[in-house]
Amino acid sequence: MVSRLIPFRDDPIQPSEPTPVTITFDGEPLSGVVGQSIAGVIMANERLGFRRTSANDAPRGVFCGIGVCFDCLVVIDGVEDVRACQRRARDGDVVTTQHHTLPEGEGS
Amino acid sequence: MNQVLIIGAGPAGLAAAQSARRAGAEVILLDSSDSLGGQYWRHLPESRPARKESALHHGWARFQSLASDLVSDSECEIISSAHVWAIETGERPVVHVVIGESDGQSRKRMSFHPTALVIATGAYDRTLPFPGWDLPGVFTAGAAQALAKGERLAVGHRVVVAGAGPFLLPVTQSLAATGSRVVAVLEANRAVPLMRGWLPKAWQLLPAASKALELAGYALGHIRHRIPYLLGRTVIAAHGTTAVESVTTARLDHNWVPIPGTEKTIAVDTVCVSHSFTPRLELALAVGCQLTPERFVQADRRQETSVPGVFAAGEVTGIGGVDLSLAEGSIAGHYAAGASGTNPSLERKRAVFSGFAARIEAAHGIRRGWPAWLTESTTICRCEEVSYGSLCATSQTTDSSSLRSLKLSTRAGLGICQGRICGRTVEDLLARQTSSGTLTDGSVSDRRPIAVPIRMSELASPPEAHP
Repeated sequence: MVSRLIPFRDDPIQPSEPTPVTITFDGEPLSGVVGQSIAGVIMANERLGFRRTSANDAPRGVFCGIGVCFDCLVVIDGVEDVRACQRRARDGDVVTTQHHTLPEGEGS
Repeated sequence: MNQVLIIGAGPAGLAAAQSARRAGAEVILLDSSDSLGGQYWRHLPESRPARKESALHHGWARFQSLASDLVSDSECEIISSAHVWAIETGERPVVHVVIGESDGQSRKRMSFHPTALVIATGAYDRTLPFPGWDLPGVFTAGAAQALAKGERLAVGHRVVVAGAGPFLLPVTQSLAATGSRVVAVLEANRAVPLMRGWLPKAWQLLPAASKALELAGYALGHIRHRIPYLLGRTVIAAHGTTAVESVTTARLDHNWVPIPGTEKTIAVDTVCVSHSFTPRLELALAVGCQLTPERFVQADRRQETSVPGVFAAGEVTGIGGVDLSLAEGSIAGHYAAGASGTNPSLERKRAVFSGFAARIEAAHGIRRGWPAWLTESTTICRCEEVSYGSLCATSQTTDSSSLRSLKLSTRAGLGICQGRICGRTVEDLLARQTSSGTLTDGSVSDRRPIAVPIRMSELASPPEAHP
């Protein structure tokens, strides 16, 4: 286990009990809490690298966390190119990984 | 009545809004996020109230009073989830905005024609590339901070924090407070440059005692959590197959060249890195603002830029911390509202904290020798997956010294982040490949006419003009 959500009971800032939220990620249900970003929910469910790059097929995940790097792009409810770190999770969000292959003859 | 449009609701933008209102202007405050506070005061959303949120912040009371002042003010229109995607110049700037969820579709388009504009778009981490920096588990320090404060998510279990600058300290504190085990904090600069930056005329720092206390607080946090803070050492590689498993660290000389034989391997699952900051300049450049030699927005003593009626405040004008941002924001808002007169106490504050900015740069600035830790296969442009070897080879083959042409031939900086992450690094590395050591076409990677992605269908729908 790498990334994890601090259990609210152990959190020194004493948050109130959070409301759970469930999304699906590539068909699998993942649970999080209301107010979390899609990226946060995915990360807290032990999926650090959730995209593969076009040229090198390398795993990528969240890098900048503030919408600058565009490394965390996912498809949400059929809409492509959504920065997972910038979108709050809603119950029932259907999230899928995004992968574009390069046109024939390109890449290394 | 003057109408002041403020872009960015972090410390500078909030202070600008408050002071423009006090000076009698009508204010429109835009922010791309759905809450106020910017990155500095990033906090849990309203749906997750916490009793002691203040424990995660400095100046939380100031934030709350600024926010409640503005929220309850009917002459201050706050528009959240507002993404400024372009600014047209003319007699008055026209600010084009899409309003709605980030990267959503069918969002509302709106255009604004304010009398004055305040640009308070802030800055983000500049991370230098190193082998393995594209592995999952390597984050910018800002990401760790944002996820800790905004979601209460601990990014990692065993973490190393590396890079340069005082920002490493609050990030370490946030990580430790989320229960992550920070195994070391590595500051690339050695003791001598640090002292050269911080010690001369140290009495000038006295008026900034609150900042010193803040830094002392972080130092105490380190002791309490027993986290070693090492100078002159950094992460020169991260290793792993699908995610980070370990890092190699090395001692650096004063120029940031790794010293052979000093390498150590540490098992970690997470690396948080920040070497400096990059200001968000695209909107300022779109309006035509001139930059300083250090590549920040140039602003005069009224915080007005080279474009009349366009003001800038906060990290976009230089990295100096929250107090400087607040002072600059207040000054900018005052003059943007069309008010006259001076405020000596604010100006004094600004002077004190701009001194801080210069010290940070002198003590913690990026040194020239860092590319020594790159290998041929190190990714430089993450989006287009351009390696250091291919960047250098293409540049040598084309023998070009034009950034624009080199971007097209190397593809570095052409990807979806539009060079936000690698732009300055690419410029630096390409300049070193030329015979003169500089790029000659005068273009900069910060210029992005479409400042944030907007969908074609949204572009096709006509904007509503704001009254």
